[in-house]
Amino acid sequence: MTNCPTLIVTVGLPARGKTYISKKLTRYLNWIDVPTKEFNVGQYRRECVKIYKSFEFFRPDNEEGLKIRKQCALAALNDVRQFLTDEGGQVAVFDATNTTRERRETILRFAEQNGFKVFFVESVCEDPDVIAENIVQVKLGCPDYTHCNTEDAVADFMKRIKCYENSYQPLDEELDRDLSFIKIIDVGRRYLVNRVQDHIQSRIVYYLMNIHITPRSIYLCRHGESDLNIKGRIGGDSGLSARGKEFAKALGQFIQSQNIRDLKVWTSQMKRTIQTAEALGVPYEQWKALNEIDAGVCEELMYEEIQQKYPLEFALRDQDKYRYRYPKGESYEDLVQRLEPVIMELERQENVLVICHQAVMRCLLAYFLDKTAEELPYLKCALHTVLKLTPMAYGCKVESVCLNVDAVNTHRDRPSVRFTNTHPLSMSVSLVLVKQASPIINLRTLCSSFTTQFGKPGCNVMFIALHVVDNKKINILYPYSTIKINLFKSTS
Amino acid sequence: MIIYKIPLSSHKFQYISGKFQIWNISKIPQTKFPENFRKSSRPQFTNCPTMIVMVGLPARGKTYISKKLTRYLNWIGVPTQVFNLGQYRREVLQTYKNYEFFRPDNEEAMKIRRAYASNALKDIASYFTKEQGQVAVLDATNTTRERRGVIINFAKEKGYKVFFIESVCDDPEIIEANTMQVKLSSPDYENYDKEEALVDFLKRIDCYKMSYVPLDEEKDRHLSFIKIFNVGSRYLVNRVQDHIQSRIVYYLMNIHVTPRSIYLSRHGESELNLLGRIGGDTGLSSQGQKYAKALAEFIRGQSIKDLKVWTSHMKRTIQTAEALGVPYEQWKALNEIDAGVCEEMTYEEIQATHPEEFALRDQDKYRYRYPKGESYEDLVHRLEPVIMELERQENVLVICHQAVMRCLLAYFLDKSEDDLPYLKCPLHTVLKLTPLAYGCKVESFYLNIQAVNTHRDRPTDMSICFHLRLSRSANTKVGSKSLRPHVFFFLLKTFNVMI
Repeated sequence: MTNCPTLIVTVGLPARGKTYISKKLTRYLNWIDVPTKEFNVGQYRRECVKIYKSFEFFRPDNEEGLKIRKQCALAALNDVRQFLTDEGGQVAVFDATNTTRERRETILRFAEQNGFKVFFVESVCEDPDVIAENIVQVKLGCPDYTHCNTEDAVADFMKRIKCYENSYQPLDEELDRDLSFIKIIDVGRRYLVNRVQDHIQSRIVYYLMNIHITPRSIYLCRHGESDLNIKGRIGGDSGLSARGKEFAKALGQFIQSQNIRDLKVWTSQMKRTIQTAEALGVPYEQWKALNEIDAGVCEELMYEEIQQKYPLEFALRDQDKYRYRYPKGESYEDLVQRLEPVIMELERQENVLVICHQAVMRCLLAYFLDKTAEELPYLKCALHTVLKLTPMAYGCKVESVCLNVDAVNTHRDRPSVRFTNTHPLSMSVSLVLVKQASPIINLRTLCSSFTTQFGKPGCNVMFIALHVVDNKKINILYPYSTIKINLFKSTS
Repeated sequence: MIIYKIPLSSHKFQYISGKFQIWNISKIPQTKFPENFRKSSRPQFTNCPTMIVMVGLPARGKTYISKKLTRYLNWIGVPTQVFNLGQYRREVLQTYKNYEFFRPDNEEAMKIRRAYASNALKDIASYFTKEQGQVAVLDATNTTRERRGVIINFAKEKGYKVFFIESVCDDPEIIEANTMQVKLSSPDYENYDKEEALVDFLKRIDCYKMSYVPLDEEKDRHLSFIKIFNVGSRYLVNRVQDHIQSRIVYYLMNIHVTPRSIYLSRHGESELNLLGRIGGDTGLSSQGQKYAKALAEFIRGQSIKDLKVWTSHMKRTIQTAEALGVPYEQWKALNEIDAGVCEEMTYEEIQATHPEEFALRDQDKYRYRYPKGESYEDLVHRLEPVIMELERQENVLVICHQAVMRCLLAYFLDKSEDDLPYLKCPLHTVLKLTPLAYGCKVESFYLNIQAVNTHRDRPTDMSICFHLRLSRSANTKVGSKSLRPHVFFFLLKTFNVMI
């Protein structure tokens, strides 16, 4: 998506939402598979100056304070450089006030030296209500003010803001016309965008222009139990079972009891979600993007059948469930790409109920709760349970409401035997003694699973079946099979 | 006039979100849906009609932006139309004399201009109500606060949303380039020679300059608008109200006017192409491999600066790109349309095994979705990020598939939904698209390597007194019980429709 790393630099007085934007943006970029990390200079300061005394530290005439603050900023920049050059990061968010032109010059020089692109995100806000709300929500609970009472903390913080105000030089249309930046004015009422350089900056601008901070809740739930769920089969497009229909009614009652203002209801284009939504009796929108993951050749099979028919595929999926793509189907990675417009629209909307499917719900949940690609495919999304997500401070509060209608369990835990990453060229010889009584078909399956779990990519594994006779003599039968191990990306 | 209702409980005839029309050739109005259908719908971009109002001096790119934006919105399925006041003026005045018409002290001209401007507004109202349009673009200078006030009042009365797009440019080179490219060849200056036309046009701009009041951050802070400075180096965005405005802003921030060319080509002939089978994921045939080499030579011959190469994730496009010997990017979104249960079948086999599907597809090839597969409509939705990225890029070669290429071509050449599925995209031919003035110049290069023909024309004998339009999805709902589907097809057969 971008060929050289990007450094996003926040600009603005305290309590203008810089950290909120940094964290949200980082979460979004990581979800769409752009390795991003945020570097909060406040954190560095807290590590350096163990105890925070008062706003005096931030006074512009406090020489020692200035020295420490500059040191912290440079330490953070150093870590940024390490992340972007050595650790394979693509975007780093440098979260600090950066209110003076001089500080921004330092950062620009640093970026030029290291070959990074710079994009400034400035938050300008003069609405006293918004600022007060920010302070109450996030500043009072921060480690700086643990020992203060509320009024003292607020007074101190306001004085801290004053320290910055005098030397604040906002980004200017004329003077900074060669820089790439976005100025967010009054929490998104107005934006000034200057010189967007590449694709990732364009996506960042689009994202920032779609988020808002109006209080609202997102409700995520799966469709009611379907006929195929009862049979233990995956995928397909069946209708609701009797218990599923009960859930749909219970959902209708639950939604009514919540008294949600202007609720939007979204479903996928598959029967089971539509039937669930129909029972609510309110208008709903169908999104093809919310359809369940396409299991390709494994559609409507049970997990045991998949293991029998496609043992290699089954094992490969357990190796890397996030990136594994079903033959003629999709992977979780494809799902995330497919769901990106849904997330963008969810950010724009206010109260929404999304009725979707297990894999889809996992992807959406991973976005809101900042789960990694390893954790995403194993998130617990049970049938007949509604998750209420309410954005709060820097994250998301989750309330899980089980609607007390029985259903089957469709969750598969992460398998306990894992493939350990060793050098591909090393050979290992293992002797597997198999009892003669085992039928041939199990032997083949066993060999495949053995290979994928303990074999290494790019090397051959040869099986030799040993026939134990009388516990003394061992006949060596013909080499059983030679299985070439492919790379763990599934290519049909 | 015969109306047939299809039993909705049949798994073969399922409905997409409430869009269900029965009509005959004379287009009867829509029939009433059963109660429960009104509830479900497609994702809503906007809940009320939107007026996009252009603002800016002449030669600032307003018509260019209007046309491009309209083309994009129509392609993603939002019915949009441009209302250009210059057109209205030409209809009223018949001949253009000179810039004197635009002088601010020309009372008579002012009267005429106000009259045709209000005609345009009336046409916009009728477009929204009678023709079910969703977005109307009012392409005019709208440089005074007074004129914009009139438009805002009109919209408030009718309940339309208003979004302003202002183009501000003070770079004299860009203005001159615009003037040369589009103004001098406009119908107004047919009888002028080049220099006189240029002089007259510059005087015209001066007439507007005196009374020009740009949109102001403070005074207009309650309006929704985007101000574009110097062809996109800076943007000021104020009060975006809903999804469609957000998409419009995103689109406008991604387009540019740097000269470049886009090359569209299909993969080389594949093995399944030779067998006459659709879909699948096979490699290139020997002719296909020859094409890949010829394509490499052609590209080298064109000496393109900084060419990017994009392919899909399917073998045949990747093998074609490999022969070029340059780095290429794989896009899953460029994969061929998923034919679901009909994958790897020939058209004859599909006709034999799924006759109703085959007929339905010919009825409405754009919206028809293969069972467990996709429709052209789904393809367009899938390709939207590709188009957005194509707009951002400069020189690009896209190696894709027949259905995908049709969708991309329809976007660049502004083809409607009816024409899109029947655009000709033969194998072994490269189309070079160069944006020019308000449209796109197309050059077709056949690289002289024989290949099979995979094109199916629109079926001609639809000689029947009614035309049934069905869509499918996994939707289900009970409805009226009436005639069964096979009776319908029996009737179609008796009327000699291709089945």
